[in-house]
Amino acid sequence: MASQHIIELQNVTKYFDDNLVIDNVSFYVKKGEFITFLGPSGCGKTTTLRMIAGFDLPSEGKILLNGKDISLLPPNKRPVNTVFQRYALFPHLNIFENIAFGLRMKKVVNTYRNEKGEEYQKVEKLSKAEIAAKVKKALALVDLEGFEKRSVATLSGGQQQRVAIARAIVNEPEILLLDEPLGALDLKMRKEMQIELKEMHKRLGITFIYVTHDQEEALTMSDTIVVMADGVVQQIGTPTDIYNEPANTFVADFIGESNIFNGTIVGDRRVKFCGKTFDCVDDFERNEKVDVVVRPEDIVMCTPEEGTIKGKVISVVFKGIHYEITVQVGKYEVVIQSTECRKVGEVIGMKIPAQEIHLMKPKYTSNVFDGVITKRNTVEFADGEFECDVTQLYPGSHIDEEDYLVTATGEQIDLTGTEVTVEVGLYDVSISDDEEVGGTTGNIISIIYKGDHYRLIVRTDGEDEEDFVFATDDLWNENDRVSVVVPKDKIRLTLKNTEDKKR
Amino acid sequence: MMKKCFKATYIGLILFLLYAPILLLAVYSFNSADIIGTWGEFSFRHYITLFTDEAILEMIGNTLLLAFSAAILSTVLGTAGALGIYYSKRRVKTALNGVSQIPIINAEIVTALALAITFVVVGIEKSFFTLLIGHMVICAPFVVLSIMPKLKQMDNSLYEAALDLGASPAKALFKVVLPQIIPGVISGFMLAITLSLDDYIVTSYCKPSTFNTISTYVYNATTKGNAHTAVTLSSFWALTTIIFVVIVATVVAANLIGKKKEER
Repeated sequence: MASQHIIELQNVTKYFDDNLVIDNVSFYVKKGEFITFLGPSGCGKTTTLRMIAGFDLPSEGKILLNGKDISLLPPNKRPVNTVFQRYALFPHLNIFENIAFGLRMKKVVNTYRNEKGEEYQKVEKLSKAEIAAKVKKALALVDLEGFEKRSVATLSGGQQQRVAIARAIVNEPEILLLDEPLGALDLKMRKEMQIELKEMHKRLGITFIYVTHDQEEALTMSDTIVVMADGVVQQIGTPTDIYNEPANTFVADFIGESNIFNGTIVGDRRVKFCGKTFDCVDDFERNEKVDVVVRPEDIVMCTPEEGTIKGKVISVVFKGIHYEITVQVGKYEVVIQSTECRKVGEVIGMKIPAQEIHLMKPKYTSNVFDGVITKRNTVEFADGEFECDVTQLYPGSHIDEEDYLVTATGEQIDLTGTEVTVEVGLYDVSISDDEEVGGTTGNIISIIYKGDHYRLIVRTDGEDEEDFVFATDDLWNENDRVSVVVPKDKIRLTLKNTEDKKR
Repeated sequence: MMKKCFKATYIGLILFLLYAPILLLAVYSFNSADIIGTWGEFSFRHYITLFTDEAILEMIGNTLLLAFSAAILSTVLGTAGALGIYYSKRRVKTALNGVSQIPIINAEIVTALALAITFVVVGIEKSFFTLLIGHMVICAPFVVLSIMPKLKQMDNSLYEAALDLGASPAKALFKVVLPQIIPGVISGFMLAITLSLDDYIVTSYCKPSTFNTISTYVYNATTKGNAHTAVTLSSFWALTTIIFVVIVATVVAANLIGKKKEER
């Protein structure tokens, strides 16, 4: 079945200078499939596409086309064509010449017969008539008959988009790569083009690899979606799988709307969250901490008596096809999407069918860093310096007047330069916009609402680029620059190697 | 009304002051006398000398040959340089950009002296070849300077699109990138011709002693003043007039063509 895999990435890693953009990505694309790389900007989806096109070469790993290694093949030698984000039509050529460009570069092997009846072969360029016929067919395919003589500048965005598609498919590539091709179009145009592209895919039967950050677009068009974040593949699956069975809270949060809660398994297929216990279908160990994802449309509203949980409606927003109702359940907020309307202030009950409660192993349970003790008995990690209690490294030890550590047996130790493992709990980190307050600074790269608190990830902006994951009640914005505060008594240190540095 | 009159007078006065010296020269080019200030009678004598004196014709030929070969070579060099700089990595790019512009900022006399000394040290005898190198040194940076903005304006994915459609890097360069920057290349070429035509300093340091361009000849003639040069010098009035008329005609024509293109 390996021949069915038109493209296969094997452990592909890509660095730009020292920046890791793609981190050990492996997946395959089936022949004839419409596959979408989906993810927020900077997640590596475009870089992955560019590596398949040949504009960027992988730093490590292999890219296989029909089983053959093409990792280092230049773009002009790959049977792949690209539709660029801003179309990249050649402004000095008219529409005909733009579309004919690829055909004029092509050489074909023609077989002839000489007078003696012997066959011989000649490598030739396509004839003028052949080119004209192909261009005409391609223009018809994108509904732009008669545009041959027009110049690029006279076309609208949508028409330029069509020309870009025609210019790519006229070469009959094995794979068509589309890099956010609809990004520059307005909403209505975009919806129309989505349907047209999908139809074109059916008609041409070639493999489409599509890149977008628009989750709705991905769900509408794709056979398979590859969700990416931070240069790592988060989940690969059909749109239904990805929506209904998100692999982690990132996918759940990125694709569609979700209620995400922290939960605990309390019994056999029983999970506790929002202060109540629910039946569920996923099997986990008792007492295991889990992330709970519930889609807003899967929550059933009922009378307060019937509901597993009840709460007061705090906001109702009309969204066209449905109402978005926010309910305060204890200290948690629950979002419901329903065609039924409720009044603000009303107390309602809610039920969640067991199969609609999605449980997943939390990706983050605590923050672990590599640190080094300084001569001031502080610890350096994650691009910063934090005050800490170094006596926890040796039970029963204390610090003498000269700042040396004295162990229980009375041994004096200079800890400067000692390598330690630093552990900080999810609830022990706080952040501040005053950059002087904390031990290190960074930018917020992710915010996920978990019903009663937010889970934030702050990435430090020094060389280490470490991530702090923690819970907070305050709402921040993505890309906010903050300083990270960890109280002295919350930094847990353990020695990395047992070889002590003695005085 | 008063304001309009004043405006017109003001512009007229400025233009007159700007062009009076050239006009004076033009008027005297039709004079039979060899010294400005004395009016003999109306005559084409200077024009006749200009087109019959072999020394003058050779000099004009030299100047044009030098200007065109220097301009063509520096356009090729400058275009290649601009492309190289543009597609370099960021740090290299900044450094190269700076270095390539030094000859522009640097005082020309320094460049000229440095070149002359280099030729002596390396042991190259002064010839048309050294002169050509000298002119390329002053012209090429201007070509780079006039092409860089065009490259920056260009959509970067055009080159990639060409590769994607099966063009080899060389074909992509000539069929896609070059057409985008051609206006910059042409203006760079024109700039190079102008620079080379009227350059004196570098020319005088790099030229062999028997070789003269218009600028070095005029300079020598006006400072040393020998018997023959008095006659030829006055024929330069005629040459200057012709050059001026040609330039005015070119500018007017260029403007007219530009206007027509806009109207289309």
